[in-house]
Amino acid sequence: MNKVRNNSAWWLVLPMLALVTFSAIVPLMTVVNYSVQDVLDPHTRYFVGVEWFVDTLNNPGLQAALARQFAFSLTILAIEVPLGIGVALLMPKRGWQASLVLILVTLPLLIPWNVVGSIWQIFTRGDIGLMGWSLRQLGYPYNITSSSIDAWATIILMDVWHWTSLIALLCYSGLQAIPEAYYQAARIDRASRWAVFRYIQLPKLTNVLVIGVLLRFMHSFMIYAEPFVLTGGGPGSSTTFLSQSLAIMATAQFDVGPSAAFSLIYFLIILLVCWVFYTAIMNLQKDRRGEGPDA
Amino acid sequence: MVDITLSGLAHSYQSSPSKDEDYAIRHMDHVWEQGGAYALLGPSGCGKSTLLNIMSGLLAPSQGDVLFDDKRVNQLPPQERNIAQVFQFPVVYDTMTVFDNLAFPLRNTGVPEAQIRERVHEVADALELTSHLKRKARNLTADEKQKVSMGRGLVRSDVAAILFDEPLTVIDPQLKFKLRRKLKEIHQRFAVTMIYVTHDQLEASTFADKIAVMYEGQIVQFGTPRELFERPAHTFVGYFIGSPGMNFLEVDMADGQVVCQGSPLAVDESVQMAIEKALSGTATVKLGIRPEFVQVSAEPGEGFIEVSMDQCQDLGTFSILSVRLGQVVLKARVEEGRTLPAQRAYIRFPPEHLGLYVDEYRVEIGGIHNKENGPHGEGNGLHGEEEA
Amino acid sequence: MSLTLEGVTRVVANETHLDEVSMILEPGSFNVLLGRTLAGKTSLMRVMAGLDQVTSGRVLMNGEDVTGLGVRQRNVAMVYQQFINYPHQTVYDNIASPLKLAKVPRKEIDVRVREVASLLHIDHLLSRKPLELSGGQQQRTAMARALVKDASLVLFDEPLVNLDYKLREEFREELGALFAARDCIVVYATTEPSEALALGGHTAVLHEGRLMQYGPTADVFRRPNTLTSAEMFSEPPMNVIGGHIHANEVTFGDDMHFALDQGLRGLGEGHFRFGVRPAHLSLSPQANDDLALDVVVDLAEISGSETFLHVHHSRGTMVAHLPGVHTFDVNQKVRLYFPIHRLYAFADDGSTLYIPGAPQRTDDVDGEVH
Repeated sequence: MNKVRNNSAWWLVLPMLALVTFSAIVPLMTVVNYSVQDVLDPHTRYFVGVEWFVDTLNNPGLQAALARQFAFSLTILAIEVPLGIGVALLMPKRGWQASLVLILVTLPLLIPWNVVGSIWQIFTRGDIGLMGWSLRQLGYPYNITSSSIDAWATIILMDVWHWTSLIALLCYSGLQAIPEAYYQAARIDRASRWAVFRYIQLPKLTNVLVIGVLLRFMHSFMIYAEPFVLTGGGPGSSTTFLSQSLAIMATAQFDVGPSAAFSLIYFLIILLVCWVFYTAIMNLQKDRRGEGPDA
Repeated sequence: MVDITLSGLAHSYQSSPSKDEDYAIRHMDHVWEQGGAYALLGPSGCGKSTLLNIMSGLLAPSQGDVLFDDKRVNQLPPQERNIAQVFQFPVVYDTMTVFDNLAFPLRNTGVPEAQIRERVHEVADALELTSHLKRKARNLTADEKQKVSMGRGLVRSDVAAILFDEPLTVIDPQLKFKLRRKLKEIHQRFAVTMIYVTHDQLEASTFADKIAVMYEGQIVQFGTPRELFERPAHTFVGYFIGSPGMNFLEVDMADGQVVCQGSPLAVDESVQMAIEKALSGTATVKLGIRPEFVQVSAEPGEGFIEVSMDQCQDLGTFSILSVRLGQVVLKARVEEGRTLPAQRAYIRFPPEHLGLYVDEYRVEIGGIHNKENGPHGEGNGLHGEEEA
Repeated sequence: MSLTLEGVTRVVANETHLDEVSMILEPGSFNVLLGRTLAGKTSLMRVMAGLDQVTSGRVLMNGEDVTGLGVRQRNVAMVYQQFINYPHQTVYDNIASPLKLAKVPRKEIDVRVREVASLLHIDHLLSRKPLELSGGQQQRTAMARALVKDASLVLFDEPLVNLDYKLREEFREELGALFAARDCIVVYATTEPSEALALGGHTAVLHEGRLMQYGPTADVFRRPNTLTSAEMFSEPPMNVIGGHIHANEVTFGDDMHFALDQGLRGLGEGHFRFGVRPAHLSLSPQANDDLALDVVVDLAEISGSETFLHVHHSRGTMVAHLPGVHTFDVNQKVRLYFPIHRLYAFADDGSTLYIPGAPQRTDDVDGEVH
């Protein structure tokens, strides 16, 4: 058997490699470079090792922002995932109703982030905003600039309004892909509505939900424009999330070194959480093979 | 454990059907007896899936009744019908183990867990799934999944029938044989009514003791595989069963002789009388004979008619000859080792294998007796014999 | 046009898909590639079409080396298992598409499309869209598109797999006639021996990427050059049973003996593998010296007009192909008759030593293909 080795195909990988280098590796390396130096002015810089990293991790303000960030992301996931599944289950499967509902559900996704912030900013105003005004009329002293609870609730509500559609759409497409025979089999097996959801629909949604949760987590962990426009991070710093802290540090205070270190930590946290989540889900799906034959 | 009776059943997907063609199922009376191994055989579009869905309760018939023993179940949904179904594509609950899959229908009706275990193990043993009980169903192969879905029907002691909807479609050819054998075994062991829906005559004849052949919304014959082959009750059965299908000759009388498109045929007196009688109306009359039973000779002889050779397909251990009688092409099967005629040939239709078809349905010819059918296959003999 | 393959080898990711395949396809010939799934049928067709390149070896058309040429330079047409048509165009436009691409004048397109459509009996469907048609009609459309361009090489990759058997019967009968008047080379891949026999022409038996045998179809069937070739070209597969020839007697296991007949006498003494066709086993003796064999039924598969009786006995499993419909219970005991004059004999390495029925001529059997 004479084998012909032809390695010329490797050249085809080059453009891709170049693209990745310029779009990801070079900027990242620049940040890594800054994160280990103290830049006093464009011509004076010192190597400081991991000092900025230690500082950042010990900064109580940033620690608080990180905690807030996790609280926020987990809260919106806990609301949006079940709600999105619920909406998807209720959406009509075919006909003009399906198209109409699909369009309505998609609408919030088409609005840019900062516009969403502005809309809600107006919506929640006590004098002219529909929600703010209504709540006050009902006797609740609603004020997002003074009450951190109000501010939090409003930001969460806003995010749920904006992004539940994404989960709903993903689930809807997942549900559409389930063959009719599964539902028929379940009816024949006398499965309850809950059992149909638990053993047919949910398993078939796992893959889209993994994507949905990862997207929503990354997205919400980097949320910036909406709270910035709506509350400006206040009252106090009660709604100041990580990205806003970073922005303040990097642009307002021009602390290049610490912000670079901060960026890297930020990046690593997102990476770590996604990896843990993904691995956990994939492990859940694995078979426990090689065990004894009996149940 | 019940008989399933279809009485005056008809179904149309249109809101106001007027002509026969509007019906997916035309007037149908049929009984599936408790414990039988049946097949519902027909080409795509013949209405077999509609009938299947009516029996399982996924579809309510527009006319007539579905009776489980004496109970009318027309409006009952599948879950209240005690019916199980195995689909074309394997349906298992992915995240459950094989054990939980098999236990699922029992758990849904609140059967005590100890009883569930006993029953699941019995069924798993019969299906050779015992070693897989702890595996997640999603990781099974297609044939194992089909066994699991069959098992979900078998675990239920109340099940009236298991319906199979072309269950071997996605199974590897090598494994089909094993699964067919398993199906037979399971039927013998559990004695539950099984109805196997398919378009494939091999699947149907191999599995079923009796086959219902469906054509244009009707069951045109209900009989053993052997009856379908030897005495097709309808021209469609003759065409559809067997490869190649039955030869049909549209016949007429001319000058006191039986002719087919002008060419005289040599037939028995009794056959001729039956044809004359049938032709008295406006009916179309056809003679049918299977290629296996056409006698071919290179020499003329008593009762033989002359034909011209058209084509010869050498199929290894036998050949299929196409011969021309006037404009009509007939097929004849010739076993290997026989010398084949070159240009002219002589053929004869043995009367015991000749069928008379009036308006596409078989009519028994008086005085014709079927020949002895060999030492095997007793028990599904030709019930038609005595009618003659 | 003639098509020549010289030592065609194709290796993908260290897996050999084609192993030194050499064959010459005559102008106007109808050739069947017979083999199981993954035997290399599709790989070979793709190499013939120029869709894939060879790792080594040469492809010649009319003696001209076309090894490196792509599919566009080769004037080939291909029909697949799936019914591949342009869903948004009418049947007419589907059939006309290759001619339009070739910038054939419109008048000529019209003539040729209608001619091919009537050959394939779809002339009444020309204004319909493919998805409104039945599977058989869709495949006819795809075939018409392949035929209309007058390709010098037409390839069929298991085109009937997705059709039901009555339609397959029709197609098989028509195909031969369809190409009788054309001088293109037809190559037709199938996994079914019965299909190869029905199509006639020449057959190439492929196994694990190698060409086992190539020749006129009936010849390859009757005179397999190896046990593998015999097994591949037999459905159900040829029954093989090991046995000894000692003195003037053949022994299977310890309880079946029979005297050597004229044909097997030439083999000499030793261990051999004997093959008997399923169709040559029967329920009643066909000759005085048929051997009786008591067996147990595994399953009787009934095709409607024939019965494939799968049985086992102390030395393994067997299949009998019986004409007519016979029903048996699983595990029923049956006596089968075994024709000693119709045994093939193979050496332990699988090469054919004896073919029943014909006078023994070693030069015929040794004509192996490499």
